[in-house]
Amino acid sequence: MADVNLIVDGKKITAPAGALLIEACKNVGIEVPSFCYYPGLSLQGACRMCVVKVEKMPKLQTACTTTVTEGMIVATDSDEVRQARKAMVELLLGNHPLDCPVCDAGGECELQDMAFSYGAAESKFMEAKNHKEEQQWSPVVYFDRPRCILCYRCVRVCGEGMDVWALGVQNRGVSSIIAPNQEDHLDCEECGMCIDICPVGALTSGAYRYKTRPWEMNHVSTICTHCGDGCKTTLGVRQCDTGTEIVRGDNRDKSGINNDFLCIKGRYAFDFAYHKERLTQPLIRKNGKLTPATWEEAFERIGKRFREVRDQDGGGAIGVIGSNRTTNEENYLLSKFARVVLKTNNVDHHRTADYPALAAALHGKPGKTASMRDVLTAPAILLIGNDPTNQHPLLAWQIRTNVRLRRAKLYVINSAPIKLRRQAAGFGLVPAGAEAKAVAFLAGDDSLLDSLADSKIADGLTRDAWIALRETIRAEQNMVIAFGSELRAQDIEKLAGFASTLTGAKLICLGDYSNSRGASEMGIYPDLLPGYEPVTPADKFQKEWGNLPTEKGLSLLEMMDAAKAGTLKALYVVGSNPVGRLGIDPFVLSKSFVVVQDMFLTETANIADVVLPAANAYEKTGTYTNTCGDLQLVKKAGEVSNTKPDFEMIVRIADAMGSDVSGLVPFGSGTHSDMGQTRGAQSGEADRHAVWLEAHNLEPKMTPFDPMAILDEIQRLVAGYDVSRVNLLAGNDQHLEIAASGASSFQDPVLIVPANDNLFSSGTLGRYSKTLNSVYENKSAVPEVAAD
Amino acid sequence: MRFSEEFETRFADMLTHYPTKRSALVPTLLYAQDEIGSLSDEVIQELAQRLELTELEVRNVISYYSMLTTKPRGKYNVQVCTNIACMLRGGEELLDHCKKKLGIGHQGTTQDGLFSLEEVECIGACSWAPAAQVNYDFHENLTNTKMDQILDNYKKKGTQ
Amino acid sequence: MASLVSHPDEVRVISKRFGQGATDIDRYLQLDGYKAVQKALGMGADALINEVKNSGLRGRGGAGFSTGMKWSFVPKQSAKPKYVLCNGDESEPGTCKDRLIFEHDPHSVIEGAMIAALAVGSHTGYIYIRGEYRYLLVIMQKAIKDAYAKGFLGKNIFGSGYDLDIYWHGGAGAYEVGEESALMESLEGKRGIPRIRPPFPAVVGLWGGPTVINNAETLAAVPHIILGGADWYAKLGTPKNGGTRLFCLAGHLNKPGVYELPMGYNLKKMIYEVGGGIPNGRSLKAVVPGGSSTPVLLPEEIDVAMDFDSVAKAGSMLGSGGVVVLDDTTCIVKFALRTIKFYQHESCGWCIPCREGTDWLKKTLTRFHAGAGLKKDIDNIYYLAENMLGKTFCPLGDAAAMPTMAFVKKFRKEFEDHLDGKPCPFEKAGVVEPVMA
Repeated sequence: MADVNLIVDGKKITAPAGALLIEACKNVGIEVPSFCYYPGLSLQGACRMCVVKVEKMPKLQTACTTTVTEGMIVATDSDEVRQARKAMVELLLGNHPLDCPVCDAGGECELQDMAFSYGAAESKFMEAKNHKEEQQWSPVVYFDRPRCILCYRCVRVCGEGMDVWALGVQNRGVSSIIAPNQEDHLDCEECGMCIDICPVGALTSGAYRYKTRPWEMNHVSTICTHCGDGCKTTLGVRQCDTGTEIVRGDNRDKSGINNDFLCIKGRYAFDFAYHKERLTQPLIRKNGKLTPATWEEAFERIGKRFREVRDQDGGGAIGVIGSNRTTNEENYLLSKFARVVLKTNNVDHHRTADYPALAAALHGKPGKTASMRDVLTAPAILLIGNDPTNQHPLLAWQIRTNVRLRRAKLYVINSAPIKLRRQAAGFGLVPAGAEAKAVAFLAGDDSLLDSLADSKIADGLTRDAWIALRETIRAEQNMVIAFGSELRAQDIEKLAGFASTLTGAKLICLGDYSNSRGASEMGIYPDLLPGYEPVTPADKFQKEWGNLPTEKGLSLLEMMDAAKAGTLKALYVVGSNPVGRLGIDPFVLSKSFVVVQDMFLTETANIADVVLPAANAYEKTGTYTNTCGDLQLVKKAGEVSNTKPDFEMIVRIADAMGSDVSGLVPFGSGTHSDMGQTRGAQSGEADRHAVWLEAHNLEPKMTPFDPMAILDEIQRLVAGYDVSRVNLLAGNDQHLEIAASGASSFQDPVLIVPANDNLFSSGTLGRYSKTLNSVYENKSAVPEVAAD
Repeated sequence: MRFSEEFETRFADMLTHYPTKRSALVPTLLYAQDEIGSLSDEVIQELAQRLELTELEVRNVISYYSMLTTKPRGKYNVQVCTNIACMLRGGEELLDHCKKKLGIGHQGTTQDGLFSLEEVECIGACSWAPAAQVNYDFHENLTNTKMDQILDNYKKKGTQ
Repeated sequence: MASLVSHPDEVRVISKRFGQGATDIDRYLQLDGYKAVQKALGMGADALINEVKNSGLRGRGGAGFSTGMKWSFVPKQSAKPKYVLCNGDESEPGTCKDRLIFEHDPHSVIEGAMIAALAVGSHTGYIYIRGEYRYLLVIMQKAIKDAYAKGFLGKNIFGSGYDLDIYWHGGAGAYEVGEESALMESLEGKRGIPRIRPPFPAVVGLWGGPTVINNAETLAAVPHIILGGADWYAKLGTPKNGGTRLFCLAGHLNKPGVYELPMGYNLKKMIYEVGGGIPNGRSLKAVVPGGSSTPVLLPEEIDVAMDFDSVAKAGSMLGSGGVVVLDDTTCIVKFALRTIKFYQHESCGWCIPCREGTDWLKKTLTRFHAGAGLKKDIDNIYYLAENMLGKTFCPLGDAAAMPTMAFVKKFRKEFEDHLDGKPCPFEKAGVVEPVMA
């Protein structure tokens, strides 16, 4: 629509026709205050704070409900307007308790700010304030009724935003209250969005309340370490006697791909870091018992044994298991360390999605994947498999928001009546495991129609309805197609083929952990190097990393078989718990020398010979790649003394093995020929790394423990990762191009084991989060009301 | 949850009046309350399910309307208007009289469960003030003596 | 059943059939019933709207907006169904007129709604009656049933090919639902919270469809206009204020009751002649001319024609036709308190100024009337009302603010007489101790 011209406070401005006056003002830097208005949520006109004078209108108008019109003349700060706002604040403060000194919101309270701005300092009322006791609605949600100013943001974000509808308004007049859905408590997803969006301290977080004052914290925006969506979470940190403590997670930095959104995990589940079982000392098995040891002792032990095995039995006798939660730099380094130092291709991780198949299917076909941001704006979305509400809460939020605000069309194909069907324009219920058949049908294979239109499926579609659904889907342009781990290997190729017949369709492959995609792209596979480069011929990496093993290595399951057979002499596990998560019999590892880097004595760490206490993603710097392929910066927020990032530990082990760490991490500046010799395969060659750094205005990093040094190398060598460093450091997400990857290869689908986490679990981490556990226990304690 | 046949017939009929099920909610709540005595948890559950609403939504609505209650009232709910027109003609005194006579206050219920008393806002009897409603019956141009007779009659009716 | 009164000055249009047994459909037919709608079927929508426009009929709910204009705002073409809605949620203190219409002439409301439906091209109407009027809902349910039985409602009404359904709907106790958009929310099964406007109901109303919503008395007047003609109706009243209306005389009067008088009838005459004057030899202190939300008039201000424009000129509003008369024994502070207590009780709570403002007004006035008032309270009461006026989400805030401001402005002296722990000059009770020194 065409722009309209208007005058605000004497300033000529333009705004798109149909824009709300409050937004038009905001866009030109004129702040119109409001409590109830919240972008993206329905309009209320309730708080009357945004009143402005519009010429020719007899009464003051609310800027949140007024659309701009040509020639409109507006005053946002006249005496009349200021007086009206002042009166609103006076009225609110009439019943609002002035317990600001102990209120969680003190210092970041919008009512305080308004009182400050409009000087409603004189108390006009004498009667006692209405008082009510605070209520606990769930382990994480507290409600302090007198503080509530009834802006209805919580009600709307819960209902409209989350599609949970757990909050309502009850009574009327001055007795009006916000009420939870179970009379005195909440039964909900516990996302805490209501707390974040509350302009005052009416809704407070059970995890944070009364812990500190906002101004005593520093705020670090980093990426959540739980699911694969890559939400930005702002961690409030404070110094404590064991390092730097994270005391709060919220969403004050709305610059992330998640905009306003955070789920329970991103908001509260940083507390695993302070679980009493957190390891803060290396452990070495002595006389069959894990015994505290010094770091030096531990590295020496590992270095000696790894070197012995490699030199005596060959690299093939060593296995390496990478992590879904460590950074790209750590996984890249691990992949490189395995190949270059340990001389093995026995590298794998707990796979939760078939990203290599996606890379294979899209090899050489650029622009075929969607970012998380695309999901918010695409005109149509096709979701095959998965249950994003539970497994990809941000993706679910993006879909819901897009459907709600932009009227995107959602099509769902699933073997269960997942919650997102409520937003769906079309929902095809398929028999369990028949998602691939549905894909084949979409691609044109009508022979499968009978199995899809099985009359035994209650609420299933008829043959005609399936055909109609297919026609509708085929007609969609610029559709985002997200699929879960139900689709693997050739199914993904089929889907990509189908997508290529549509106009502008883009794919998202859904995997389960925070950096599963990163682990995949950094080559934590027995047959793939970083950037999905097959181990043979792997010319690029042979040239860059030097003499690499070319035989395909053992997969995780094959490693276990080898361990059982006694041929896998050593196993190096970094941030992974295969025994606990994949049901591996711990006994099979009894003959191998097992080294585990982790935060806790997991089932895997428990049988290790050496356990190294690791820092988690909130305690280090690096990058994550979310499940869509959006690259983001992970920033160090907290610190627990005497733990180390996995990055440093890998370097230290390489060093302890007598390996030249400068061959592993490109750090320090030397003469180009020297550096070239150590970094390039052929001696005397120009230092390609130094050349790249210079071309990118970067300097060599000064320590081998600096993950940025490896980021340099990743950006230089991993296909698609050469994105803007400035953007990355600025905290922006950047979508990566998978089409540039290596030829990849199809993997054995059996190796993919979905995590099956829900909103209240998070792999091994979840069980160490007090908050997740308390919410989970609280839910189990409440008997489910029978639905029928 | 069982309602009377009359209720069910009316309810089924009402559902055909509106494009959304929910629209039948407000009158249905009042009719249900008339039968059951109050909007108990059971009634809320039942109507929520019938009208495809959450119980929270039903509670939100109930708590808005002043005639709807989740707590049982006496068999005869005496509602004395004290709004301006009635006040000018003795509505407040009439309410005081009822309080004394019944021995209960605003929103109280007599021990025998026969009467509840409520001070209510304008019931639309301004030209015949002061006025009161007992359940749905209007009583107008009242005096203390007339009120006594009326209450006595209800008592007789209620204890028969 | 409310008793009927009469006065020679009355002009009986709406009340023509009161006491005539017209709840019975056959009796109603004998009394020219359902003739207007049959005539309307032959007139066409535009002619109907023009006729009503020309009659000078203005909304009897209180706002006094031209009914014909309101109808003309409904778009001719609409993808969504259009609706006609009768607002029978009569709740404005001082007002008891719709009650008589429903009690004595329910079919006139149905017929009026039918004509409104024809005028805007709607096929569905609802008659919303407040929950307290259960006996009237029963009467209406029967009336609708009878109209269906005669084939006046349903498919192909009067063999015209036009389908029209009219349904009843009952409330459950909420003054706020009298606000038209809140009434739609209530009819949709929700809390009676008003909607943001624009869009106005004529464009986006019930279930999103264009909706015309009129007061019961307004609709009851429509059949008479169609039968009698716009000119006849307009001439009954004053310029731009066509017809008659039901005035509810209440308070300190010898002959309170609901009288049908021409628009523009003199208020003073209404009080002293029609209403029989002030009883017990007392004198007039003040008049609330159009329901509790209209600013009070002093005895010297009542020589005014009771039509929308004249009363507005006199500084008040014609409102809903509820004329409440106060004699000289009335304590204005107490009256103001009772008025505000009502609005505090009925505020939906949606917006800050109404929710908090009515409550603080009530609290302050309660203390003030109890004898614990401070001098600054008088200004505070005015300040609170002034800051609500025009700032609330819907007119309920104005309805509370306007009379309050008028009470303080016109009776400041009486407020001052309550100061310093003095007992209310109008009460014999003892001194109430101030809550604060």
